[in-house]
Amino acid sequence: MTSRLSQVALGLIVPIILVTAWWFASASSTSFYFPPLASILSTFRELWLFDLVPVHVAPSLTAIGIGLMVSIVIGIAVGTLLGLSPFVGAMVSPVLQFLRYLPAVALLPLAIQLVGIGLEMRVLIIVLGAVWPILLNTMDGVRSMHPSIVDVARSTRVAPLDWIFRLVLPAASPQIFAGIRASLAVAIVLMVASELLGSSSGMGYFILESQRQFSLPEMWSGMILLGIIGYLLNVILSLIEHRVLAWHRLSRG
Amino acid sequence: MATLSPSVALRSTPVFSSPRLRIGSAKVAFIVVLLAAWQLAAASGNLGAVPEPTAVGAELVGLFLSGTVWAPLAITIASWALSFVLASVIGIVVGFPLGASRLAYRMSSFVLDFCRTIPALALVPLAVLMFGTSIQSTVLLASFGAVWAVLLQTIYGVRDIDPIARDTFRSYRVGRIDTAARLVLPTAAPYIATGLRLAAAICLLLTLSVQIVIAAPGIGQEIVVTSLGGSVSKMYAYIVLAGILGIAINAVFVALERASLSWHPSHRKVLP
Amino acid sequence: MTSSPIAPSTTADILSVEHLKKSFGAVEVLRDVTFSAQAGEFVCIVGPSGVGKTTLLRALAQLGPADSGRVVLDGRTVTAPPPEMAVVFQDYSRSLMPWSRVAGNVELPLHRSKLTRTERRARVEKALADVGLHDVSDRYPWQLSGGMQQRVAIARSLAYHPDVLIMDEPFASVDAQTRADLEDLMLDIRTRLGVTIVLVTHDIDEAVYLADKVIVLSGRPAAVTASVPVPLGENRDQISTKALPVFLELRAQIHEMIMRPGAPSDSAQSVRK
Repeated sequence: MTSRLSQVALGLIVPIILVTAWWFASASSTSFYFPPLASILSTFRELWLFDLVPVHVAPSLTAIGIGLMVSIVIGIAVGTLLGLSPFVGAMVSPVLQFLRYLPAVALLPLAIQLVGIGLEMRVLIIVLGAVWPILLNTMDGVRSMHPSIVDVARSTRVAPLDWIFRLVLPAASPQIFAGIRASLAVAIVLMVASELLGSSSGMGYFILESQRQFSLPEMWSGMILLGIIGYLLNVILSLIEHRVLAWHRLSRG
Repeated sequence: MATLSPSVALRSTPVFSSPRLRIGSAKVAFIVVLLAAWQLAAASGNLGAVPEPTAVGAELVGLFLSGTVWAPLAITIASWALSFVLASVIGIVVGFPLGASRLAYRMSSFVLDFCRTIPALALVPLAVLMFGTSIQSTVLLASFGAVWAVLLQTIYGVRDIDPIARDTFRSYRVGRIDTAARLVLPTAAPYIATGLRLAAAICLLLTLSVQIVIAAPGIGQEIVVTSLGGSVSKMYAYIVLAGILGIAINAVFVALERASLSWHPSHRKVLP
Repeated sequence: MTSSPIAPSTTADILSVEHLKKSFGAVEVLRDVTFSAQAGEFVCIVGPSGVGKTTLLRALAQLGPADSGRVVLDGRTVTAPPPEMAVVFQDYSRSLMPWSRVAGNVELPLHRSKLTRTERRARVEKALADVGLHDVSDRYPWQLSGGMQQRVAIARSLAYHPDVLIMDEPFASVDAQTRADLEDLMLDIRTRLGVTIVLVTHDIDEAVYLADKVIVLSGRPAAVTASVPVPLGENRDQISTKALPVFLELRAQIHEMIMRPGAPSDSAQSVRK
C-alpha cells in the first residue's frame, strides 16, 4: 500500500515543481503572450466550472464520442468480415492501406465543401480518419485467430452470430484495442482540427476565437482544458481496456 | 493464414494457377473496378461536385509538368523532415537517461503520459501569436506532437534490457560506454525504430493539419486554397498527393524497422 | 564415505568463500556460506530448488554482493567482478547477444584487452575449438541448437582466460543427451586447461559425476551443511562411473543430507580434501 502511495507521490513531484515554477515565473509577468498563471487559473474557474461547458466542451465531446462510436462499429464489423474471408481481405488491402495512410486532415476542406460546417461534418471527418486503425487491426486480429479456437467452434456447432461475438471478437480483442488506441489519437487531432477550421463551437473554435480577440487568459484556459480532455479520454480508454482485457493480461502471466 | 469459415470459393482457371498470381491480379482488378465505377458515376453527374478520376489524374500530372507542385511539395517535405529530426533527436537524447534510471523514470512517467496526450493542435493559437502562419509554427507544432512517441519508445527500449544480459556484461567487466554501444543500443533499436515510424506519421499528419488550419505554406494550404475557389480536380489531386506522401513515408520507415530487427527471429517485443 | 565438517581453507586454495550472508529485505536467504576450492578442483554446489543457489552464485561473482562475509580469490578479497573469474549462466538465450554472430559473442570479454585483431581472432577460434565447435563463427547464436549455444557461452568464458569458472545450473535447459555431452566437456576442460570450476546444480547425479568435492547447501536460510569429497578419480565415464558402488553411496548420502539438513552422517571422521 505504501509503495503504491509513494509511486504516486514520486510521479507528482515533477508536475508540482513545474506548475509552481510557472506560477512564480509568470506572477509578475508583463508579457502579453504569457499572462500570470494566477489570472489564467481564475479565468479557468470562471469559464469552465461550469458555465461554458455546455457551450464548447459538450460539442467537442459529442463530436468525438459519436465519431469514435461509429468508427468502432464500422471498423469492427467490416474488419471482422474481411478477416474471415482472407481472399477478399487481401484483395481489398491495398486500397485500405492507401486510405489508412492518407492523412485524414487532407479531407477536411473537402468535407466542409460537401457537408458544410456543423456536427455532421466534424463527425464525418473523425470517422474518415479513425475508422482505419480499428478496421485494419480487427482484420488482422481475426485473421490470425488461433486455429484451435476455430476447431472448438466447429466441433461444438456454435451458431454463427454467437461464434462471432463470443469467440472471434474476444480472441481478436487485444488487437482491436490497440487499433482503438491509435484511433483515439487520430480522432483527437481531427476533432481539434475540424473545430479550428470549420466550426462555430467547440474547444478548438474557442481557443482560436480567443486568440483572434487577443483574450490571452481565456485562450490559455482553453488550451489547458483541451490538454486535460485529451488526457482524460486516454485514461478512460485505458481503464476500459484494462477491464475488458483482464483475462488476456492474466493468462499471459 | 487460418483456414476459417466458408471462404470465397474461387473457380480457378488454368491461367491463374498460383495463388500469388490470383491474389495479385484480384487486387489490381479491384482497384480498376473501383476507379471505373467512380469514373462512370462522376461522368453521369450522379456524384455532384466530385470530379472524374481521369480529371484528377490529369490535374495531378499537370501539377508536376507545370512545376506548380514543387514549391508546396518541397516546403511540406522540408517541414516534415525538420520536425521529424527535431522530435527524433530530442526523443532519443532525453529517452536514454530516463530509461536508464529507475528513479528518473518513476518520477517522469506521469508527466510523460500527460504530455503525450496533449493535442498538439491545441497549441496552434499560441504558435500563431508567436510565429505567425509560417513554417516555424508548422515545424514546432509537429515536433511537439511527435516527440512523445520517440521518447516513450526509447524509454521502453532502454528499460527492456535483459537483466541476465546485463549481468553478463558486468561479469566480463565491460565498461559503460561499451555496454551502451553493445547492449543498450541494440536492445533499444527495434523500439526506437517503431518510435521513429510513429513519429514520421504524426509529423506528416500534424504538418498537413497546421498547413490546413492556419494556411501555412505547403500542400495543406494548397488544398484549402483550391477548395475555396480553385478547381475541384486540383484539390483532389493535392489530396491524392498527400496520400502518396503518407504511403511513401510509411513504407520507408517500415523497411527501416524491419532492417533494425533482422537479427530478431522470434516475435517482436515492441509495444504497440 | 564420510563427509567432513567445514574445514578452514588452506594456502593451496585458489578460492575461499567465507561466511557469506545475504538478505533481501526481511528475508534472510544465505545464513552462513563457507567453502573453498583448490586450483584445478571441480567443486559442485548442490541443493534443492529455491534454496538460494543463484543468490550465492551472484554473490560469488560480485553481481549481487553479499551483506557480509568475503570472497578471497588468489589471496585477494574481491569486491567487484574480478578478471580471474568468468560466469556461465543457465539461460544462454538471454546471455548471448542475438544481434551478434558467434565470433562477436565469444570476443566480448576481450574488448578491454590490448590484443591485436589477429590475436583476438586466434583466441576466439581456440576457445571455440576447446568446446568442440567448428565452423560456427559466422552464424548467429539463435541459429544453433541449445547445446551448441551453451558451448558458445562456455567458449566465451574460456576466451576470458579465467582461473575460476562459475556455472549456474548450466545444463538445466538442455535435453539429457546434450547434458551428458556437456558434462563430459567440462571434465575435459578442467583436465586439459586446468581451470577451477564451481558448478551450481540441483541435480545430485550431475554433482557427484562431475565433482572432486560436493558442497551441500540446504535449509532456510541456506547454509553449507556438508562438504563431501568425491574420490572417483579423473577418468570418469557416464556409464561405468555411475554404476560404481561408491557413486551410488555418495548419491544416497547427499540426497539424505538435502532432505534432512543437519542430520549426522555415518561417522564424523574428518577427511580433508
